[in-house]
Amino acid sequence: MEQLIQQIASGLANGAIYASLALALVMIFVSTDHINFAQGEMAMFSAYVCWQMMQWGLNFWIALPLVALGSFFAGVAIQRIILQPLHNAPVLSVVVVFIGLLTIFHSLAGGIWSFTIKEFPSPFPKVVFAGSGYLGSHQVGMILVTLLLLVGLYAFFRFTPLGLAMRAAAQNPASARLVGVRVDWMLALGWGLAAAVGAVAGAMVAPVVYLEPNMMASILLYGFASALVGGISSPGGAVAGGFIVGVLENLIAYFGNLLEKASGLYLIGNGEKLSVALVIVIIVLTLKPDGLFGQVSVKRV
Amino acid sequence: MAKLLEVAGLKAYYGPTQALFDVSFSLDQGGVITLLGANGAGKSTTLRAICGMVRADGSIQLDGKSIGGKATEDIVRLGVGHVPEGRGTFARLSVDENLRVAAHVRKDRAAALRDRDMVLEYFPILKARLSQQAGTLSGGEQQMLAISRALMLGPRLMLLDEPSFGLAPLIVQEIFRIMRRINAESGVSMLLVEQNAALALDLADHAYVLETGRVVMAGAAAVVKSDAAIRKSYLGY
Amino acid sequence: MATTTNPVNETTVVKQTGVASQRGWIWIGLAGLALLPLVGGKTGLISNFAFLQLSLMIVYAIAVLGLNLLTGFNGQISLGHGAFFAVGAYTVAILIDQANWPFWATLPMAALACFIAGYLFGLPALRLEGHYLALATFALAVAVPQILKYRHLEPFTKGVQGINIFKADPPFGLPLSSDQWMFLVVLAVAILMFWAARNLLDSRIGRALRAIRDQPLAADTMGINSSHYKAVTFGISALYTGVAGALHAIIFEFVSPDSFRFELSIAILVGAVVGGIASLPGAVIGGLFVQAIEKYADALTKKISASVHLPLELQPWTIYGIALIILIYTMPTGIAGGIGTLRKRLQRP
Repeated sequence: MEQLIQQIASGLANGAIYASLALALVMIFVSTDHINFAQGEMAMFSAYVCWQMMQWGLNFWIALPLVALGSFFAGVAIQRIILQPLHNAPVLSVVVVFIGLLTIFHSLAGGIWSFTIKEFPSPFPKVVFAGSGYLGSHQVGMILVTLLLLVGLYAFFRFTPLGLAMRAAAQNPASARLVGVRVDWMLALGWGLAAAVGAVAGAMVAPVVYLEPNMMASILLYGFASALVGGISSPGGAVAGGFIVGVLENLIAYFGNLLEKASGLYLIGNGEKLSVALVIVIIVLTLKPDGLFGQVSVKRV
Repeated sequence: MAKLLEVAGLKAYYGPTQALFDVSFSLDQGGVITLLGANGAGKSTTLRAICGMVRADGSIQLDGKSIGGKATEDIVRLGVGHVPEGRGTFARLSVDENLRVAAHVRKDRAAALRDRDMVLEYFPILKARLSQQAGTLSGGEQQMLAISRALMLGPRLMLLDEPSFGLAPLIVQEIFRIMRRINAESGVSMLLVEQNAALALDLADHAYVLETGRVVMAGAAAVVKSDAAIRKSYLGY
Repeated sequence: MATTTNPVNETTVVKQTGVASQRGWIWIGLAGLALLPLVGGKTGLISNFAFLQLSLMIVYAIAVLGLNLLTGFNGQISLGHGAFFAVGAYTVAILIDQANWPFWATLPMAALACFIAGYLFGLPALRLEGHYLALATFALAVAVPQILKYRHLEPFTKGVQGINIFKADPPFGLPLSSDQWMFLVVLAVAILMFWAARNLLDSRIGRALRAIRDQPLAADTMGINSSHYKAVTFGISALYTGVAGALHAIIFEFVSPDSFRFELSIAILVGAVVGGIASLPGAVIGGLFVQAIEKYADALTKKISASVHLPLELQPWTIYGIALIILIYTMPTGIAGGIGTLRKRLQRP
């Protein structure tokens, strides 16, 4: 039983990261109808920049906001300069550009900082608290920071005029223009926010999976699975999806281990987690592409 | 009377197809003109051309300054409120949020608040539905919301695209009555596109009839309304 | 050239003349290639290593052709073709290693296995479009190494260690080195497959595929069973890339899960985009590109780093990525498309 709770708790901690990534993906999808395949590598690159700043002596809690801000501007720039001109281009062209961005960020990180694995110190103090048996202090920290981020974003979109303008631009760009909203800049802002959220997610997960250029590839896959489960057009859904996938992933491995202990039959375990994510992606896409909370999208003939 | 809007030699295109050929008309400050004609005559296209939503050639002057070639959102910020065909409300936002989005471009917060009170006084039903999702409103209520939203921009010119479309006669009458009030009390000039010619001619000072992208008749609304021959040949009633 | 007032006839006539002379050159070129081992081997002009390079170029051309068939002619997107490359490679490796099949017999089996894999993946995938399909294939590509390491498959795949196989010796005691022999095999397979592709595209099936790509809804209403065709196209596309994987395994005599990471799928995609996604010659150019870059990219990037004094070790993939983006902007139809446009411009009086 203890083991089970531990798996669920740890699944929630992982889920926090997936939720952040899924949210970043949804923000870009809702406003531009594109899936940002480069989201993982951008987050990884931001994590490296954060690490570098820490190497130069900055405290993590000063470096992180700086990196988030820098990533924000980078995201805006990428949308305005590279993606905006392609807004009428066929899907394949845009997908290829995303892949191009993916490879650039990935290899640039390797080129600047080498491909050897680095340790990324956890910014959270090692405190013993009730429930320490289930979650480490870093995991608790991850959950707290993520929740803070999500609440902040929610408040921004719900209560500020700019957030409202962005929502309007994403929902109905034509009408948004008719009320004077600069839709193109709203898209760029969406990208900036997504990049910033990704940066935070990357910095949070680096201490756990160790800093290396490949660190985000599989996490991005979980992010996709989460966004799909929650509904790729629903920010709230994406967050819920993240926690669901995080817990599900651990539970499946846990029950697979139980099965093996009980009957000697190995069906599934820790080594198959990526495959589980793949299966989730395929199942959701074929059976319920709009996810649990997304709007049912109807295609016009 | 000063001219708020002057359109001369307007041509408009949907891709390679030309939809407007040399359309010209003008609107006085504080006046109301109406564009009439059958389906596909180019009435909506004219409104879209003024707002920079379709490719256009020719001269479009707002208060003496050319707005041709500007982006839609910039034209809107110069004081043009467009109530589009199909209302264009943000279905997933609340009524309140629909109004607030339009207020977001106003620099004068106090004036925006006053306009909000004014708008809710014109359309009290909206006040009751402030927190409701706009998509759940009835057709008439959505039309009222669309007009209110345009008013929240503090516009000098309002473009209305078939406000009577799909609405029950009583509601339509109510809406037109309020539009007359808006024009009289706030001095907002209006360019009205309508298929319901009778209603439009009651409200407008001048009328222009369009046929396949060209102006085929122009005259004072009162004259057009009373002349049975003109009505028969150009408006079919 | 006949002069006729009927525009339809006129274009047909022009096309045939053009194609005929083009075909002539292609056959001459291919014959020349086939004779290379004779020339090269005897005179020592072309090293075994060079033959290896040529073989790889052709192998990648076949792999890229698979992706072209899917993307260019059917309008579907795949970021996961490395998966089928892997299926082809492993099928061959397992059959040779564990069942002692002669390598030439394993090729058709690899083709069949990949067709089935592609068809099965295409069935659910057929409902997806655009970026959703890209997403599904992306997931596939990322998961492939892990799938290959699955415990229950280990008896066949030998897990992380991979499988070693031995290169085929030239039969009948022909005086060829094994690299030269493999070159001829690869060339023969490539000729067969490109010829098949050309005929497929000109056939009824090909026209149906293009219809589905251009106007999916209209195609449906015209009675073309697009679901079936889409899954079949996926199967055929997987077959081509899988055969390339099979040949690759035979040449390199080794497969392991980590040889089939996500980068492989991207490399094939890059080749397709650079060469030209909707053309057969584009596949050849793409294959050339992938192989040449693999060989020369390292040296090139080191030279650039040295001369420009960058504070980083410039990686080949950074250049690929930048090249991809620039290509999409300037030559979205790839080099083959660019050449086509150039030729049209030159032909105008």
